[in-house]
Amino acid sequence: MAEEIQLRVNGQAHNVTLPATRTLLDALRGDLGLTGTKKVCDQGQCGACTVLRDGMAVYSCLTLAIECGDSEITTIEGLAAPDGTLHPIQQAFLDCDGLQCGFCTPGQVLAAKALLDRRPQPTAADITRGMAGNLCRCGAYPGIIRAVEQAAQRGAGTSPAHSQAGASGGG
Amino acid sequence: MVRVVRTKVEIEGRTHEEVVVVEGEEPAAWAAGELHHVGQATVRVDGVERVTGSARYTSDMQLPGMLYAAVARCPHPHARLRSLDTRAAEALPGVRAILTHENAPPIPWHGKASRVFDTELRHEGDEIAAVAADDPETAERAARLIRAEYEVLPYVIDAEVAMRPDAVQVHPDGNVLKDEDGNEGETYTRGDVAKGFGAADVVFEGRFSTAAQMHNALETHGSVVAWDGPTLTIYDSTQAIFNVRNRLAQSLGLPLTDVRVIKNYVGGAFGAKLGAYKQTLIAALLARSTGRPIHLMLDRRAENLVAGHRAPSIQHIKVGARKDGTLTALEMRIICPIGAFGMWAPSVGGPAKEMYTIPNMHIQTFGVRVHTGSHSAFRAPGYVEGAVALEGALDEIAAQLGLDPLAIRLKNYAAKDPGSDQAFTAKHLDECYRRGAERFGWAGLRKDLTAARKASGAGSAGTALLRGIGMASQNWGGGGGPTAQALCRINSDGSVDVQCGSQDLGTGTRTVLAQIAADALHLGMDRVRVLLGDTDKPYAPLSGGSMTVASVGPAVRMAADEARKQLLEIASAFMDTAPDRLEIRDGRIVRQGQADRSMSIADVLKEIGDYQIIGKGFRGPNPPEIIRTWGAQFAEVTVDPVTGHVQVVRMTGVYDTGRVINPLTYTSQIHGGIVQGMGLAVTEGRTLDPTSGKSLNANLEEYKLPTIADLPQIDVTWIGEPDFQANHLGAKGIGEPPIIPTPAAIANAVADALGVRVFDLPITPERVLTALAGGMA
Repeated sequence: MAEEIQLRVNGQAHNVTLPATRTLLDALRGDLGLTGTKKVCDQGQCGACTVLRDGMAVYSCLTLAIECGDSEITTIEGLAAPDGTLHPIQQAFLDCDGLQCGFCTPGQVLAAKALLDRRPQPTAADITRGMAGNLCRCGAYPGIIRAVEQAAQRGAGTSPAHSQAGASGGG
Repeated sequence: MVRVVRTKVEIEGRTHEEVVVVEGEEPAAWAAGELHHVGQATVRVDGVERVTGSARYTSDMQLPGMLYAAVARCPHPHARLRSLDTRAAEALPGVRAILTHENAPPIPWHGKASRVFDTELRHEGDEIAAVAADDPETAERAARLIRAEYEVLPYVIDAEVAMRPDAVQVHPDGNVLKDEDGNEGETYTRGDVAKGFGAADVVFEGRFSTAAQMHNALETHGSVVAWDGPTLTIYDSTQAIFNVRNRLAQSLGLPLTDVRVIKNYVGGAFGAKLGAYKQTLIAALLARSTGRPIHLMLDRRAENLVAGHRAPSIQHIKVGARKDGTLTALEMRIICPIGAFGMWAPSVGGPAKEMYTIPNMHIQTFGVRVHTGSHSAFRAPGYVEGAVALEGALDEIAAQLGLDPLAIRLKNYAAKDPGSDQAFTAKHLDECYRRGAERFGWAGLRKDLTAARKASGAGSAGTALLRGIGMASQNWGGGGGPTAQALCRINSDGSVDVQCGSQDLGTGTRTVLAQIAADALHLGMDRVRVLLGDTDKPYAPLSGGSMTVASVGPAVRMAADEARKQLLEIASAFMDTAPDRLEIRDGRIVRQGQADRSMSIADVLKEIGDYQIIGKGFRGPNPPEIIRTWGAQFAEVTVDPVTGHVQVVRMTGVYDTGRVINPLTYTSQIHGGIVQGMGLAVTEGRTLDPTSGKSLNANLEEYKLPTIADLPQIDVTWIGEPDFQANHLGAKGIGEPPIIPTPAAIANAVADALGVRVFDLPITPERVLTALAGGMA
């Protein structure tokens, strides 16, 4: 059964018709072409598909697209500014080499964003807890921890996603 | 003028002779004074793409008119396909094509042992049909609607059972791989083992085992393929674009010109993506029958069933030593189940052969076919497993003799290759030991732990955490070699691209090659783009065997060097100066000693219009000496005697792999190796159900990858002394070395903590508690 819904992603509204069974992950990747969000396990076991739903980190593979009509979704594509200036969390992942192959990175960055929004000055235990739902098979964890620490030091917790800033500025 | 020379090349623990075509002269050893970028911690040149989600991986490719494919798979470890009914699947709206053994060409696969769709199915997950449909949900649903009837056949998944003469046969030619003379297994002998054990004062004998470690790269294997007339373009999640091209061209009867393989980004590989997999061929066949591009990525379950794994190992080891710790003899019997179509046995005996001066040795290695998906290379295949038994046995000998584990390793230190008595190009392992022990606080901790155990009374069944330390050594190739080719092109605006068919797996290859090119050109890195991952570029080897930096790096340096020389030769015509009196400084071409006599590169290029300066480079032959990488790791663990939980608290790693090009990504490689090695040591292992022959944990929930919460403190350093005998960069690979000693060091630390050894990895709570109970009985 196809449903017509509006998905608000990174500050933009998209009218899409999709089956009721389609996950937010497949809708983002297939219907909207936002392939920055990665499909890894498709079962809520790895965190690679993490996006922000109204500021909360969610596994988009366990979220149906039709549930999200009233939500504001932020994906990795919505974090940097249009001129390419990286969000401080992205910059920290880059500087600290908090990645290798990069396939888990979009999910890691958004998990870090949700964590720092909640706890701008996280303890080591906060970081471990906040990031433990995101697997990195390359084992870039030391760099990921440093990146979250650096982002926190640089005040990333008060830095909105570009798309969030745009949305609040306009609304 | 080209010349042909012969040279030795090592890959994944195996050495072979290779013919190299040489043109021109390779540059001389690169002195530190010439370097501005090489050796500096450098942020990844493709890092922005990776942190913004704009990096396009194979699974992200979306081509116009593209269909999605799904594969139907056999649920049994061994079965004969009786019949297939695809009618319900065909009737599903949106289904565009279904391929089975009935309508697909019988293209051979796994050598000649099988074909693209076979009717004898030899492992869970073996392919029976494939569907192409308008969207992924329809493709998956259709694949599930294909009805298959099987004759379920007897199977064997236990390698020791499979070796018996009356065992179920996986293939008609027997389950055990044969050597060149037709004997089962591979045998390695040196000296006289009986004599060696006769001279021993102490002997240790034990049976170690390691589990099947699944790669579980986060991007599964898969391809997106499209035909354009006679030409097939394949986007593939691979670490070996040229291997994929060769294989697909051969399977489809195409000339190499008609197959192009592209891999810009890959979401992890770790050795499992070194060749073409069947799904790539299936995708090409579906694309041909539908006339549309095909997107075929494995799901996570299939990834765990058919996309390779580190073969499990069973290792019987016997080691003899004199009272002073001198090793006299070693015997090993190694059994590795390699899956239904495995074609080689991992080099589990490698560390024993090469690490220490053991004069008398006998090693037998059996690769055994069983009814599971095939194994594949996994980051230092064989050496990781082999180090567990060797380094464990050494600790047991040291304990019998009351020696420090570090002392017994130094006592048997091999200054030359103990098998061949040939020299190494470089070896600073003794310095790795010294620095590692110092940074880790090895001697002090050993003393403290011994004193604490004496005070608390050894063997007391308390509930306090048990603390232990252990260490292990590492050797591996990583010297690389030919063939590797590269081009360096200076465009008319002064921008530079380096073109090479290598692959960046997330290891940092693009960045390292950009650093090398920038230094060879005497230009800033901002001018240089490195273009990899495309078979339209010059040949580079697969990205594996820790060989990329040492193979491709010298070729890129030479290409960039050639381009710079041409630029200076061209400039000389306009500056009225001999080229050897010119140099590049701050983006300008300057007459030596006369800074005022200069010309901007842009002005020189303007003079020659659209002419592109193209420098060519290649990787020259290896020296006759043996090229190895070295390292030592030290581990501290705590073990909870109540729950059996092992916590790796701290790891120190010290490496000798020649010159370090990029300390930032080099460190990341070591971190990654240690984390993966920790997985093998304490949590990771495929679980097969003996009563059904099926995998019980083909997912990321029950297969336990290390998480950020499991991370130990990791301290990393390196020697960094360039190895110019190995190649003119002085650099060797770091991809695999860091995983090799980790499980061994952790297992040794657990044995130290418990006072009794757990011989089977992963060291699960159950195994810890069993060992403790046995120890206390």
